[in-house]
Order: sequence, then C-alpha cells, then structure tokens
Amino acid sequence: MNAVDTHSDYLIEGRTGTWELVVGLEVHVELATATKLFSGAPNHFGDEPNTNIDPVTLGLPGSLPVLNRQAVELAIRIGLALNCEIRPSTFHRKNYFYPDMPKDYQVSQYDQPICSDGWLELPSGTRIGVERAHLEEDTGKSTHQGGDGRIHGSVGSLIDYNRAGVPLVEIVGRPHLRSPDDARSYVLELRAILLAVEASDAKMEEGSMRVDANVSVRRVGDTELGKRCEIKNLNSVRSLGRAIDYEAHRQVDLIEAGERVRQETRHWDEGDGRTHTLRSKEDADDYRYFLEPDLVPLDPGAEWIEAVRAAMPLLPRERRSRLATAAGVEVTSPAVAIVVERGLDDLAVAAIEAGGDAGRVLVHAEHNLAVEGAEALRPAALAGLTRLEVGGQLTATQAKAVLTDLVTGGGDGDPAAIAAAKGFEAMDASALATMVDEAIAAQAGAWAKYLAGDEKAAGALVGSVMKATKGKADGKAVTALLQARRAGG
Amino acid sequence: MTERISAAAAAHVAKLARLQLAPSELAQVTSQLDAMLDHFHDIDALDLDGIEPMTQPYPLVNVLRDDVVGPVLDRVEVLAEAPSAVDHRFGVPPIPGEAP
Amino acid sequence: MTATALQLAAAVREGRRTALDVVEEHLDRIAAREGELHAFNLVLVDQARAAALAVDEKVAAGVDPGPLAGVPVALKDNLCTRGIATTCSSRILDGWHPPYDATVVQRLAAAGAVVIGKTNLDEFAMGSSTENSAFGPTRNPHDPTRVPGGSSGGSAAAVAAGFAPLALGSDTGGSIRQPAALCGVVGVKPTYGAVSRYGLIAFASSLDQIGPFAATVADAAALLEVIGGHDARDSTSIPGPMAPISARLGDGVEGLRVGVIAELREGIAPDVLARVDAAVVALTKAGAIVDEVHIPAVTYGLTAYYLIAPAEASSNLARYDGVRYGLRVDAPDTEQMMAATRAAGFGPEVKRRIMLGVYALSAGYYDAYYGKALKVRRLMAQDFDAAYQRFDLLLSPTAPTTAFRLGDKTADPLTMYLSDVCTIPSNLVGHPAMSVPFGVGTDGLPVGVQLLAPTLGEVTMFRAAAVLEEAMR
Repeated sequence: MNAVDTHSDYLIEGRTGTWELVVGLEVHVELATATKLFSGAPNHFGDEPNTNIDPVTLGLPGSLPVLNRQAVELAIRIGLALNCEIRPSTFHRKNYFYPDMPKDYQVSQYDQPICSDGWLELPSGTRIGVERAHLEEDTGKSTHQGGDGRIHGSVGSLIDYNRAGVPLVEIVGRPHLRSPDDARSYVLELRAILLAVEASDAKMEEGSMRVDANVSVRRVGDTELGKRCEIKNLNSVRSLGRAIDYEAHRQVDLIEAGERVRQETRHWDEGDGRTHTLRSKEDADDYRYFLEPDLVPLDPGAEWIEAVRAAMPLLPRERRSRLATAAGVEVTSPAVAIVVERGLDDLAVAAIEAGGDAGRVLVHAEHNLAVEGAEALRPAALAGLTRLEVGGQLTATQAKAVLTDLVTGGGDGDPAAIAAAKGFEAMDASALATMVDEAIAAQAGAWAKYLAGDEKAAGALVGSVMKATKGKADGKAVTALLQARRAGG
Repeated sequence: MTERISAAAAAHVAKLARLQLAPSELAQVTSQLDAMLDHFHDIDALDLDGIEPMTQPYPLVNVLRDDVVGPVLDRVEVLAEAPSAVDHRFGVPPIPGEAP
Repeated sequence: MTATALQLAAAVREGRRTALDVVEEHLDRIAAREGELHAFNLVLVDQARAAALAVDEKVAAGVDPGPLAGVPVALKDNLCTRGIATTCSSRILDGWHPPYDATVVQRLAAAGAVVIGKTNLDEFAMGSSTENSAFGPTRNPHDPTRVPGGSSGGSAAAVAAGFAPLALGSDTGGSIRQPAALCGVVGVKPTYGAVSRYGLIAFASSLDQIGPFAATVADAAALLEVIGGHDARDSTSIPGPMAPISARLGDGVEGLRVGVIAELREGIAPDVLARVDAAVVALTKAGAIVDEVHIPAVTYGLTAYYLIAPAEASSNLARYDGVRYGLRVDAPDTEQMMAATRAAGFGPEVKRRIMLGVYALSAGYYDAYYGKALKVRRLMAQDFDAAYQRFDLLLSPTAPTTAFRLGDKTADPLTMYLSDVCTIPSNLVGHPAMSVPFGVGTDGLPVGVQLLAPTLGEVTMFRAAAVLEEAMR
C-alpha cells in the first residue's frame, strides 16, 4: 500500500482498490482579549494557579455572566476574514459534568452562531468551506497526579481555573480537505489569518490554537462520506499531518479486513505514532442544550460589522495576490507564499514599485532576508541593489554580501557605496572570457569530460575561475561562457 | 394511566443528573415523575402551531461589557472553601474519561 | 402596633432613636419567639450591632445615613453575603461562605439598612411551605401548627413576627407572594429585570426575581426603591433607574380599570374568594372600574412552569458537584464522588425537580415538554397583553387557601404545586405582581389578594395596593 503524497492527489492504494481521504478540521482559538468571555477576570496565560478567578469564573452560586464586547469584535474579525456571514446569534448551555468546568455546563453558541457559511483559500488556490465560527468559553485545566500525568492510572487530579471562561472561537471547517498536506496548509493559513487580524496568538504548543481532525476514507468515486473518527491531541502542524496519514491508513486497513470503522474520538500519541480509542460516540452524552437564560441575544448589526470590516488589515491571501501581481509571477508560486509568511511582502512590493528588479527582489526576500532586522530595510535600497545586479555591476554572491551589510547597518545604507567599500567591481566581459580560456587550458582533463557531455565536469572549471577572481566572477556568466565554447563559440 | 417514563429512562436521567439514587428512591421518584408528566399533558390540548417559544420575559439585546480587567478573588480565601486543595489547586479523585 | 420601617428610619435619621436601640429591640423579639418559629437559619447578632453602630456614627457625624438608616432587614438565605454562611437551606451548601455580596445586599448597606439575619426557605427555593428546608420547617407566626408558605417562608414569618420590619425574598413561581398572603404581610414580585439577580442563588434564571416583604405598602415601596434599578452585573437587568413609587402611593385608583381573572377563581376556597370580592368592592368604592377578564392560558401555567423551572434548575444546580465548595462525599473517582455528593446533599424535592428538568430537556423529549412549555409561555404573554388592552391592573387571589397545616401537602408533590396556581403566571410572563393582606378567612388566618400589572407597571400596582390597605384600616 502506497501513499501518493502529492498535495490534493493524496490517494491510498489498498488491496481492494483506491481510497480517498476526507478531512474536516475543528479549530479552537483563544481570543486575545484582556479579560474573560463573561467577566473581568484577566485572560492571561501562564500565571500562578487560580489567580485569574472571580465569582463568574468559578461559577459561584449567584454569579452571572456579562458578554465581553472585545470578544465579539474579534469573533466578527475572524468571521469576516473567513468570508462568513455575520448574523444575529444566541448562547446556549451545553450541559455535562466535568470537574474542570465550574458550572458543569459550558456556555456556547449552538444553532445560531455569530459567523456562518464562509471559506478559507489555501495558498494553492483551493477553497475550503467553513461551516461556522462561534463563541464559547474555555474550561479550566486538570493536572493528573501519578500515572505519568495521563488520566489512566492517575491517583487524582488538581484543577486550575485560570483558563476557565477564556473566550474561544471554534472554527468548524467543512470536510473539504483531501490530504494531510492540505490539512497542514489549512491550519497554517488559518493561523496566518488569526495573527493578521490580531484575534489570537494562535500557538498550538501553548494550546491557544487547538486542532481536532475529523477523518474518514471512501473509495474513489464514492460520494457518500464514510464513518469518521475525531482525532484529538494534535499539538503541532507536524502531528496533524502524521495523525491524519496514520488514521487514513488505519481505516483503509480496517475496512479491507472486513471490519467497519466505529465513529469515535481517538487520541493521537506522538510517541508511538498511532491513534488510540478515547471514547465511543455511541454512548455519547445528551447535552440538553437550551438557551442560556442569563444572557440576551447578540445582534451586532450592520454598523458594527461594517466598522470592523473597514478596519480589517490585508489578509494573507490578499497580500499574496498583491505581491504576485507586483512581481509578475503566479499567485500560487511558493516564493510568494514564503515571502508573505515572513511578512516581507510590504518591503518586496515597495522595492518593486521603487524600480527594483521584480525577480531579484523576490529571490532576496525568499532566500536572503530571513534575518532579524530585515523588515527595516529601506525599499529603495533593496531596489537599488537589484538594479546593480541586473546592470552587471554585482554578482549574485556579491549582492547577497551587500544585502547582509545593508541589513546589519540598519537598512538605510547605499548599496553602491557598500559594494565599493567592499571592493566589489564587476569584471568586464572580455576579462572574464580570458579567465575562462585560461581555466580550460589549465584543466584539459576536465574540459575533455565536459566536451563529452559530463556536466559535472563544469564544476571544476567554474571553481578555478572563481578562485582566480577571488569570487568576483558571476558563476552563471562563467557557465554560460563554457557552454558557448563547447557549442563552438 | 399510560406509563410516561420507564424505569430504565429514569435511571438514565439519574445518571445524566449525577444523582446516585438508591433503588427504592429511584422507584419513588419515577412514579412521582410519571404522575407529573401525565398531568403535564394537559397542554397537548393547545394549538401551538406557529407560536414562537418564549425564553426570556423582557426583550433585551446586545448587553455587553468593556474588556477591562476587574477585581479577582483571593485564592487563599476561595481554596479554604474547597473540600480538597493541593498546591493552590482544587483536588478531585481520579477522573474517568476525557472531557467531551 | 410596632413602628414601620419608614418610621424607624425617620427616628434614626433625626436622632430620636439610635440604630443600635432599634436593632436591640428586634433582637429581643427574635430571642422571644425564634425558638418556636425558626424563621432564621442564622441571626447576625454581632454584625447587626456593628452595622447599627456605624449608622449611629454617621448620624452623629452629620453624614446622611441613607433612606433605610438603622432599619433591620432579614435576608432570604439564598442571597449571597460576603463571609457569612449562605446555605439555600441545603446540606450541599452547608458551611459555604460566599466571597462576595449580592447587589441587593450592597444596596441595602448603602441605604443604611442593617442585615439582621438569613431566613429559612424551601431548599433552593423549591417549595411552597418552607417544609423542604434541610434545617427544619419554619412555622406561621399566626398559628405555629401551620406553614408560613414558601419558599420565602422565613422572610414572611420574620416580618409577620416583628423580627424585622423588612425582608427580602425571591419569587420564582410565587415564593414571595404566597408566603406573604399566608403570613398576612405585603409581598412584591417586581417586573423581571427590575431588581438585579447578581448574588441571588439561582433556581430558575428566567423566572427568579428578588422582592420585598413589609408590614405596610409604603415600607415595601421604600425597600423596592432601594434595591431596584439597573445593575451592569446582570445581563437581564432593565436599563435605567427604577421609577419612583413612594411619591405616587396616594394617587388613588379613580378611573383605573381593574380586571378580575375569571380562570383564577377555579379551585379557590370560598373564604378566600370572599376576600377577593371584598377587594373588588373596596376598589370600586375608590373609583376603579372593575370587570371580569378571561386569560385562558393561565389554566396551563402550572404545566408550563413545572417544565420550565425544573429544566433551568437542573442546569443551575449542576455546579453543586463537590469540587469547589460545599459538601463532598468521598468516592473512588470523580464521577462517583459527584453523584454521591449530590445524592447526599440534595433533599427529595430538589432531586425530583432536577430529574424532571433533565428529563424535559433530554434528547427525544425536549420538543414534547420543554419546547412546548416555552410556546405556552408565549401564548400566556399574548393573553395577558390582550387583557392589558382593556385593563390597567388585574386582580386575583394570591393563594387558593389560607395557611395549611405542616405535613398536610408533603405526601403528594402535585398537591403542593397547586398552591402556586395563581402566582405562577406573573413569573412566566415577567410581569410585576404583589400580595396585599386583605382580612382573614373563616379560620381567622390571613388572606392575601394579588394585584397584577403589566411590565414596569409597579407604580399603578402600588397605588391600588395602598387603596386596599387603607380600606382595611
């Protein structure tokens, strides 16, 4: 059985046929508010246990919730960024007993979520549906004593309610993902969006972004969805991909062995690289949802929504599109995605607009600017640098060195002056041709191999030219001259 | 009188409600619930088609607070009320099963 | 006749009496009869004296001590008081000390009132006789073999016995008005949202309201004015201040249209009905235009109420799980610990209602029970709206009978539930209603008549109450 892991062409070749993967992700994000969803207790990660608590957080008898305006604002931002409709909404109580939930019910949006029917576009251009995004409160945190910190074998648990009541938005994606790569891409893109709209710090490691994956498989050509399993404990984007891949193969093996997939919640174990049954959905709780009588309906209204929309920053997708247009490349080009992810697209676009060479600007932004201080680089300096390159005054290697000095110097130096100070002057063409001919004469053996078609032999020839010029020669130009000689020039 | 709630249903309800009832107590509650539910079917006589459910008596919308930090409780005072407190946290016996 | 709250406050404010003297007088009365009546779960002797001294210091310093200066107030023991045991008359909360004060408690303190004790109630306010208290029943001061009504029976009895001129209760289905009627005092359920619920331990959130008990209509109005008005900590709190009531008490009922609810004459004891008829005469004599009105949906109020209230209660009472405060019964794992704690901590009526509520909300039954009850609630609101097209106020009995004997209705829950038939509709629709003492039944025990008004119709309601009170003088 082979996995063909080529993006959305991820198919599983089983013994009895070819299988397709169907994944939908549910993502919980903690909102970057100052206070909790329903009270003024601080929303702050990493504080001493049970210090960010007030009567509402602890669900003390007589306490009542009041909705945080900023949490609503951030939920609207997320909704708009995910192309959702923002609608009048209500809060329900989801009733179940669990010690880290102070009221033994969770206040959550149920049949009337604030955001619905949107989509997220992956950098590859594929649009993944978003069913809804809704507000709800987080639970406290249990630490299990003994049993290696796991629930099983534990002698008891200790509960810290600092996290209880922290505002969450749960983003429910439609089952439109078809490969582990797409799932990873979805999460990365979602994280980029959340950071762009400043709704969350979206750290999977700290739990401020938590991803559950609903995974099922079906035979290629089938239109019905298979029985799905929900995978939990995915603490990184890497785990997400591994877990989905493992789970897909597990389900195919199961079905091909004549068994059936049970709808259940499974736990990803990073250590053994497998998923394990956590809870069967068949004995699912009955949550007895009903409208939360202590809260009133929420209807942000057009004015509020439009004010949020007007203040929205450019989203990653829009930034990719802007950069691709400026650079004259495909929006799906990996360089575009990388530059936007690094936040260097503003610089790149400005440098291109300032007359820089689009191709060279993109190359520098993609490869040579993943350093501290890069964003302070003056666009005109980057533009000037690329003009020196295309004008033949600097080789690629020299340009990179000048760029490094530009950045360490604070970003607003003059590239020509730096190049001059470093003693970089481009060799003129005839001098380079002479050096190439000297190298051919000096290394007859290598030249003979190169003539016979051994491309690798060119390396020795280029190397000796570079050595003779102390690295000032442009490697590409040397190769071009060698090719010309071989062709009979 | 038809049976409105079976013994099994009542036992399930007690489990959902986290009430550990002795068999005799459960039997008594079940028969009392049965009588009540029977009485409550008087509303079946009403035509309720097209009537919106009413959940709150006074219609308010968008009651919001500003995102400003308010007072917190003293954890020493709060934990002193707890049946079990260890390391500034609330102690409970082992938890069977993960949260939903 | 003992002094009214307003008389006491005036005496303290004007320096004619000290607050401490007032408090001592009431503590003496409590000492004399509390053993027999059990109105209180806790008498706050030291705290009351300290609060009285603080009021006296203000008076001495020439600082305004507030409108209720030095007036003892009894609080139903489901109102949170910082550092003072608050039990809901339940073993599950036994020994719990809230770390905060309810909004009404803060407002009482700001008004100079002196909290004198926490009063007994049916556990978690579920009951109509105060017999469902884990700490034993309260007895009716007019006849200690009889119940004071409930669930705020302790507060009603405290005012009736002269333990405090004022008390606060909570009313979810009649829990202020019915005991007020049975104890012969004034009891008011304000418009839903008129008084903050912050710090009131919830029974059924969409029905609960805090309200005053007092010996006189004017005292009740003064107390309501102190506790009412918007509170940002309660999302269901009505914006704006409470309309002044006291200034309008003498306005009379000339020209007011009063409807007598026909459906709430069914199943009512004849001696109680006779007092309702007497109230009609009194109001008519004062210039009101009285006629009969039909509100068909009230017939279904009991069902709607006993589905909605337990449903909300089943969720509100989930938090008593032995983890954070109150009782815990040890068990090998948390699930069993919770179930054992709740089984040991809740009394039979609370368990019954939790079971009923969980059932009414559970998958497969929601539509048939809870969902349907919410529609009946709407229907009832529509019926009331129609009635208020023609009438300014409505009139009915408060309770079907005078105070019944302890133990009379404990065997069959449904029989007990019927005690609330006249009071439940106002909670379902969120309207204000109050019980005014209006003579006695054939057994010589107090009878209350109920005045009902539309949303925020408190002023009109109190005007009529004052007329009825005057008619009894």
